[in-house]
Amino acid sequence: MSFIVTTEKVNKSFGGIKALKDINITLPRKQITALIGPNGAGKTTLFNCLTGIYKPTNGKIIFHQENGKNVEIQGKKPNQVAEQGIGRTFQNIRLFSGMSALENIMVGCHIRSSCNFVSAIFNTRSFKREEKAILEKSYRLLKLIGLEEQGNALAGSLPYAFQRKLEIARALAINPSLLLLDEPAAGMNDQETLGLNELILAIQEQFPITILLIEHDMKLVMQISESIIVMNQGALIATGTPHEIQNNELVISAYLGT
Amino acid sequence: MKKHLIITVWFCLLLFPFVVLKLPLHATEVVTYRWFNLPLVAVIAFVASFLWEILFKYRQKAKKGHTDFINKKLLYLQNKKLFPVYLLIAIIFPLITSDYNVSIFTSTFVYIVLGLGLNIVVGLAGLLDLGYVAFYAVGAYSYALLNLYFHLTFWQIFPIAGLLAFCLGVLLGFPVLRLKGDYLAIVTLGFGEIIRLILYNWTDLTKGIQGIGSIPKPNLPGIHLTEGGSNVFLYYILLALIIIALLCFHRLRNSRVGRAWEAFREDEIACISMGIHRTKTKLAAFGIGASWAGFAGIIFASHTGYINPASFTFYESSVILTIVILGGMGSPLGVIIASALLILLPEYFRFLNDYRMLIFAMCMIGIMLFKPNGLLQIKRKQFDLDKLNNATLE
Amino acid sequence: MNFDFFTDLFFSGITKGSIYALVALGYTMVYGIIGLINFAHGEIYMIGAFIAISMCSILAPLHISVPILLLIAISISIVFTACYAFTVEKIAYEKLRNSSRLAPLISAIGMSLLLREYVLLFQTSNFINFPELLPEVSWLDFMSDYLLPSQFIIIASAFTCMVALILFLKYTRSGIAMRAIAEDQVMTRLLGININSTISLTFIIGSALAAVAAVLISSYIGQANYNMGFIIGIKAFTAAVLGGIGSVSGAMLGGIVLGLSESFATGYISSDYEDIVAFTILILILLFKPSGLLGKKEIEKV
Repeated sequence: MSFIVTTEKVNKSFGGIKALKDINITLPRKQITALIGPNGAGKTTLFNCLTGIYKPTNGKIIFHQENGKNVEIQGKKPNQVAEQGIGRTFQNIRLFSGMSALENIMVGCHIRSSCNFVSAIFNTRSFKREEKAILEKSYRLLKLIGLEEQGNALAGSLPYAFQRKLEIARALAINPSLLLLDEPAAGMNDQETLGLNELILAIQEQFPITILLIEHDMKLVMQISESIIVMNQGALIATGTPHEIQNNELVISAYLGT
Repeated sequence: MKKHLIITVWFCLLLFPFVVLKLPLHATEVVTYRWFNLPLVAVIAFVASFLWEILFKYRQKAKKGHTDFINKKLLYLQNKKLFPVYLLIAIIFPLITSDYNVSIFTSTFVYIVLGLGLNIVVGLAGLLDLGYVAFYAVGAYSYALLNLYFHLTFWQIFPIAGLLAFCLGVLLGFPVLRLKGDYLAIVTLGFGEIIRLILYNWTDLTKGIQGIGSIPKPNLPGIHLTEGGSNVFLYYILLALIIIALLCFHRLRNSRVGRAWEAFREDEIACISMGIHRTKTKLAAFGIGASWAGFAGIIFASHTGYINPASFTFYESSVILTIVILGGMGSPLGVIIASALLILLPEYFRFLNDYRMLIFAMCMIGIMLFKPNGLLQIKRKQFDLDKLNNATLE
Repeated sequence: MNFDFFTDLFFSGITKGSIYALVALGYTMVYGIIGLINFAHGEIYMIGAFIAISMCSILAPLHISVPILLLIAISISIVFTACYAFTVEKIAYEKLRNSSRLAPLISAIGMSLLLREYVLLFQTSNFINFPELLPEVSWLDFMSDYLLPSQFIIIASAFTCMVALILFLKYTRSGIAMRAIAEDQVMTRLLGININSTISLTFIIGSALAAVAAVLISSYIGQANYNMGFIIGIKAFTAAVLGGIGSVSGAMLGGIVLGLSESFATGYISSDYEDIVAFTILILILLFKPSGLLGKKEIEKV
């Protein structure tokens, strides 16, 4: 099994608070891995370290590219991390609410395109070609999440579940090889969660992509993840298959607080 | 009712030391009392307190989504079919009207260009630049100085003015890269002031408060232009510039660059997490926005024939900002209408001139309170979803 | 060019710095509590000076002695500026507390312009004579070689005000409420504290300090002008940022540091570009240590 990301002894402290303690994980390529743990375990902090929002206090995060090359991404800026091919969604939805749904996804296409303001002003042929490609790619992603009727609707006006899906579509637009989903099912009812379930599986089918998701909804986690990482109070307490984790004593006591 | 009376009395007392008292300039003089102002204050305060309530009720309704009267009328004006009509009127105008009118409209057009440029920085990218006037000054002074010392002509300096302003914009962008919101505003204000202070104090180069005069108008090669003819020529140059600015704005907004700017304005963290380069985006906004001010500056210099640092104060930046906000952030047509209201109208209502800045200031506050989205809501591009569906059928 | 020159610059720097500190406190408290740069604060300061002049002009025929006149002028000035600050907050800021970050800022700029134009229109653009309100303190004459009595009064008054403020914030109920709101507005409201009146109180205290500063420095200089608020606004804000915006002790430190920097720069370099010192410091601080000398680093939750 090859891995897409390896973290070595990643620590993150905020002043006196140790949010991440010696995190060593390996993410299996092209699988769906779930990152679970009680609130305050450090899951989003880990995401933020992976995506460059935070710089780890020490430790390394290594991204293993398809071509075999290894790149250390700790401390890199978010846009550099995105360029490597890591996309993400956010715990509290961060859509561009004043822009339309389609435009949100088109923003995601930005780093895989290249026309600058000069070609935009002069409306060159290559500019028109690129815009058309961006538009079609974005529309396809819109169809994937089932929002093709509402392409022109303002992102902020969409129903909550659709906003969460739109964030995923936007992240997919950067052609990521690793997709980080931060509580994608938060606030969704059972039916919407089912829809999300199907979407995630469809994504994995359609793209050669690794997915790491933070979730509290255990049903979703058990249904779609192929491996699970459990954190508690900033430390790693278990990794394994869903079955193994369900029967792991440390995990059970972490959730029940004993 | 009681509330309104209390408010009236409050304002009468509060405003008394300034409105009624006239303070002596020197220790030898005495204070004078202008009691006749007091009933005026009382009446205005009384009426205003009613207006306040009404406007807030209106605002509540607007929040709930009822498109209001003004918006509907203005939306009609945006109809694309009307544009050739506007253009025609604009072209014929100087030929049928007096020199005075041409001059006033030229001044207004300069502000439209400034507004369109600032619209890129503030309206699209959401960067509150309070020192925009610095780029305006660079454009004007580059023409005045290059003309004075090196005898270059308008046409030779025109691209240079834009380029210099662009460079200064990028230069300004660097120190404010990591700043947001309020801090960005203050630092850009500081820059504007620094530029003005340099222009004021470096008298060897810029002649300081004296200013530079006898700035020539642009020449049409081969044809000799009269005084009036030069003015009309300048008007047409400006009109062409506005059309180009509108076109550029439209093209930029519906491009990769424009979307990056808007994403940046909406949510910077999400924006950079999608891979967008913060530095390039910010610098591009500052630079491109600034270059328009540079062009406006050189035209302003040739229009008035005389410039000094007093034309480039923070006041000016505030006026341009008010135009952008009043028009509706990101709306180019809004900029045009706002310029007409804020620049053109006062010219014809000269008796209000003393109160001009006061009205500006009240506009700024009023817009934020009652109509924060300005007069015109920007219309987002509506994509043809059916066409896309057909194009992407597998 | 020797020790005398140095002490001249030093004490005039501390004097100016005390004034900056007093005005900076207004900025820092308002920013700490509602996250807004009160652009109009400089104008409140200016209004404080004008009110004092009005008071003295009205009372001129009574020939009241200087120390009492000073107290009356400062008291009335404080009352009026407090009312102005309260009104400004109610009109321009209160309704915008929950809007986008641009809206209150633009409203603040508008308010600042409004106040400035208002004074210009109804008074004059000329410099107006400010009465001599700083009392003669003969027992201080012994050090007038280094420190003028008027400078001493300014520094001492400013210092007293600052100590009073620190005690107020630490020990009184309202003061604690203010600090609580600065930390967590929602929680404070849930605990039953009246947010609106506490915020109004913040504005009132800030304006009172500005009024004191205005009266003191205008007496020292001898004149006032409708434009004096603009430049002090920027400088005091710089001082607040320098010290760490939101930090009361930071504002005081920032004010002193700015005053000294300006003084020494104009003394040893050139006096033309005095105002540029403040802007330069502002830009440098925001570039290299945006949290200021005494401020805390803010971490954005993602």
